[in-house]
Order: sequence, then structure tokens, then C-alpha cells
Amino acid sequence: MSVSVPVRRFFRRRDNKGYLFILPYFVAFLTFQLYPMIYTLILSFQTPLNMFENEFAGLANYERLFSTALFYQTIGNTWYIWLVNFVPQIVIALFLGVVLSDRSIRGGQTFRTLYFLPNLVTAASIGVLFAVLLDWRFGALNQMLLRFGVVDEPINWLQAPLIAQGTVSFIQWWQWFGYTTIIIMAGLSAIGDELYEAAHIDGASTWQVFGRITLPLLRPTMLYVTVTSLIGGLQIFDIPRVLTNGRGAPDNALTTMVLYLYNQAFSYFNVGYAAAVAYVLFIMILVFSAIAFAVINTDRGAARRRA
Amino acid sequence: MIRGLSRSRRIGLYGFLIVLAVVSVVPFYVMVINSTRSNVEISQGISLVPGNRIVENYRIIQEKVNIWRGFLASTIITVPSVVLSAFFGAMTAYGFAKFRFPGREILFWVVLATMMIPQQLALIGFHDLTVRLGVIDTYPPLILPLMANAGMVFFVRSYIESSIPDSLIEAAIIDGAGEFYTFLRLIFPLSMPAVATLSIFTFVFKWNDLITPLVLLSSSEKFPMPVVISNIRGLYEANFGAIYLGVTISVIPIIVVVMIFSKSIIKGLTVGAVKG
Repeated sequence: MSVSVPVRRFFRRRDNKGYLFILPYFVAFLTFQLYPMIYTLILSFQTPLNMFENEFAGLANYERLFSTALFYQTIGNTWYIWLVNFVPQIVIALFLGVVLSDRSIRGGQTFRTLYFLPNLVTAASIGVLFAVLLDWRFGALNQMLLRFGVVDEPINWLQAPLIAQGTVSFIQWWQWFGYTTIIIMAGLSAIGDELYEAAHIDGASTWQVFGRITLPLLRPTMLYVTVTSLIGGLQIFDIPRVLTNGRGAPDNALTTMVLYLYNQAFSYFNVGYAAAVAYVLFIMILVFSAIAFAVINTDRGAARRRA
Repeated sequence: MIRGLSRSRRIGLYGFLIVLAVVSVVPFYVMVINSTRSNVEISQGISLVPGNRIVENYRIIQEKVNIWRGFLASTIITVPSVVLSAFFGAMTAYGFAKFRFPGREILFWVVLATMMIPQQLALIGFHDLTVRLGVIDTYPPLILPLMANAGMVFFVRSYIESSIPDSLIEAAIIDGAGEFYTFLRLIFPLSMPAVATLSIFTFVFKWNDLITPLVLLSSSEKFPMPVVISNIRGLYEANFGAIYLGVTISVIPIIVVVMIFSKSIIKGLTVGAVKG
């Protein structure tokens, strides 16, 4: 019982009881997140010896990784698919955000809900749905294009690498432009009317208002959207996997970093190698998030100084 | 701004908005229509009106896979996950919001940092761990990690800080309520608005998760909906009606949820965004 006396004294101070409230969270965090993460790191320095044992291999996995052309290709694929989706997404969302925030718009809420609809639907279902919609012979899209005479013969959307990547970018765009619009509308609503009224009185044009007031004050929101989209986009897995049944075809054009990681770890059992891929991905996310956060912080400082 | 536009520009603007709305909805419309048509009908072209083969398509699906079992598995995984994340998330949020213990700031920073870690980083190690503990191909490894849901802690903490006064907690303690009892009976119910909003997202995130069950489950009768659906194409290679119907069954509940809760979902989305 002598041990419990200092323990009891420790928790007699009310603030220290906070530890008890956060304890379960940290137990779960250590067990299910931190420990597996460290274990993944250890695995990334090992190669399999036989079915059950691994041996230390130093940086061998990383060396193999950085001398594999396919790995660089997966990085390129992932960034390409993300960029081709994100640039039109942010442009259209900006436009829609400004338009739907306008008081005189009719049916704004309905438009917003309809645009947002694809966002919460299971990506796996979306992948299967588009796989059949885009089917070369029996897919609804080709049937539509043929009927309206847009094309003379069906397009095989998933055969040429660039078209296949563009298709995945389109699906991602389709799933996310409504979400981004909503976030931008929230950012716009925080700007407040006084600035717009002042600009209006000063006789500023619509474009001047957009370029000099809306866009600069929206930068924190834009960066939030960029960072979260980047983190999600670099981890894209569901759609390419479902569309290609995990093969990442054609010519590995749809093999994204996480699909590559998944196939290496769970189809070919190159666990150590896949673990190295995971850590390269992690470092990439950290670096690019840090860059974006640095920009947000300087921007905040600038905004405060301006105010 | 819109009021100032010329008539033709306004028509162009609404035209654009309507085209985007159609693009958002048409894939779902085609999906529902084609789920009621036969393979032959589907191969002949698109249609605006439904066919009469829905029962037949349903029978074809049920021959090879019990789609409702996927639903059941998804429910068995998702509901406890949401409950765990709500309860422990609120508890942790309360600990951070209302107790000034040493190291509080650093520990909270750790919670925030975990929001940036990609899921896959732990997944490989976690898979290995479940194999060695002999719990691979069971549900608990899919559910228990939700005890540590950083997003929940982050949002509920700021809600508790801004809307539950210290005096209320002090009054409860003075009246003789224990600390845990105070949390359970006072704080948890009071933080429900924030907890519920975030729980919608936890639910959707967990319901839609594909990679974790793909890695941790191997018996097909345990597969949740996303895994069942992602396999459906291979099972019915040429049977489009059945595939469309399977996808429809998997998608409709979420569309209904979005339509009903769209306001609170949209409110919840924007909580973190404006602050940046």
C-alpha cells in the first residue's frame, strides 16, 4: 500500500486527474499507431530470410527503391493524377464559391448539395460504377457520345496511359469539387461585407474586387484546401485499384504510390520494401505539408500586419 | 454581382451551374436505371426510363455473393468504431480542455501531429502485429484503433472550451459528484452537438474504408461493403445489370444520409476550414 500513497497524493491535485482522462487515448495511440509505425520503420531496414524470419539489411530496401524506375513512375503518376484533378477543381470551386455566395443566386443550396453528393459515396463503389460506365463497348458514356455524334467510334478510356490517368483525375475531380466549393464558401463568409461595400462605393469592378479583396483574404482557406487535398491525393488508392482490379494497368499508368505499396506488401510479400515505400511517402507528405504550413503562417502574420 | 449581369450572361451562368449539377447526378441516375435493365438492353444503349429486370438482376447477385452480409459486416465494424471514437474522443477532449496538467501542450501537439500521418505507415506494421497476435481476420483490429481519433479530440476540445463554463464543473464537484461521473453525466451529454457532427464523418470514413479491411480480413464472409463491391466486377464479368444493381444497393443509403443531413454535414465540414 505504500506505493499508492504518492500516487494518491499526485491525483489529489485536481489538474493532474486530466492524465486519467487522456490515458485511454494514448494507450490506443501507442498500441495501434505509434508501435505499428515504428515497426514499419524497422521492417523497412529488413529483408526476409525465410517464411518467418527477417534479417537486418541496412539501407538495402531504400537503395533498391531509388534504383527502381517503376518507383519513380509511381511518384510521377500520383502527382500527375493529383494535379490534373486539383487545378481545375480549385478554379471551378473558386468560381462556384463566389457565385453561390451571392445573395441574389437562386437555388444556391440545391446546387451546393448536388455538387457535394458524390463526395461521401464510397470510393470503391464509385470505382466500380465508373468502370461499367466507361466500359469500352457497353458503357453508358460511349453510348451517349455515339448517340449524340460526338465520336464516331467508342473510346477505350482505360487503354492509353494518358487518357486512363485523365479519367482517374476526372473521377477525383467529380468527387471533390463540391467539397472544395463548400470550404471556399465558408472562407468567403468569414471575410465580411464591409470591405465589399467599401469597394463598391469606391467604384471597383467585379474583377478588381475579386483580385484585390477576395483572393488575398481567401489565401488561408486556399492553403487549407491545398494541403488537405495534397495529403489525400498522394495517398490515392481506392479508385485506381478498383478500376484496374489492382493491376495499375495500362503500362502501370494507374499504379499510384499506395497501390504500389499495397501490391508489394500484400501481393508479393516484399514487406520490407513496401515499408520503405511507406516511409518515402510519409517524408514527402511531411515536406510538402511543412512548406504549405510555413506559407500559411507567414500569410497570417501579413494579414495581421495589414489589419 | 449576379443582379448586375446582362440577361444573356445570367442565362449562361445558370446554364453552367445546371450542367455541373447534371454531371454530378447523371452517373447515379444511369446507375439506378441500368440496375433495372437486362444485359441485352444495357448493351443496346442508354435509356431514360427503367426496365423490368430488377428482380432477375437481384437473383443473379445473390447467386454468388450475399450483399446483405456485406452490409451487416460494415455495420458490425462501423457502429462500435463510431461509439468508441465518440466516447474516448470526448473524454480525451475534456481532459485537454479543463485540466491544466504539466505536459498538456506537448501531448496535445502529439494528437494534432497524428492527423498528418498517412494511414499506410502504420498499416504494414499493424498487419504484422495482428498476424503475430493471432487476431488477423477478426473484427477487433478494425474497430479498436478508433479509440484514438485525433479529429474528434481536436474539434470536441474547442467546443468544450468555448461552451462549457468551469463554474458548471465546479458546481458538480462541490455537489459531491466524482470526476468520472461528472464527465459521464454532464460533460459528455453537453458536448453532444460537436460529438454528433464529427461522428457523421467518422461513420462515413469508416464505412467507406477499403484498404484496412482489404489488408486485415481474408475470409470473404467477413468482408464489409467496400470490399464486397470492389470484388463484384470480377464475379459478374459480363453481367452489367447485376453490377449496376450491386453498386446501387451500396450507394443508396449514403445518398439518403447526405440528403437528410446535408445541412449539419456542411456545417461540420467548415468548422476547421475557416481558421485554416
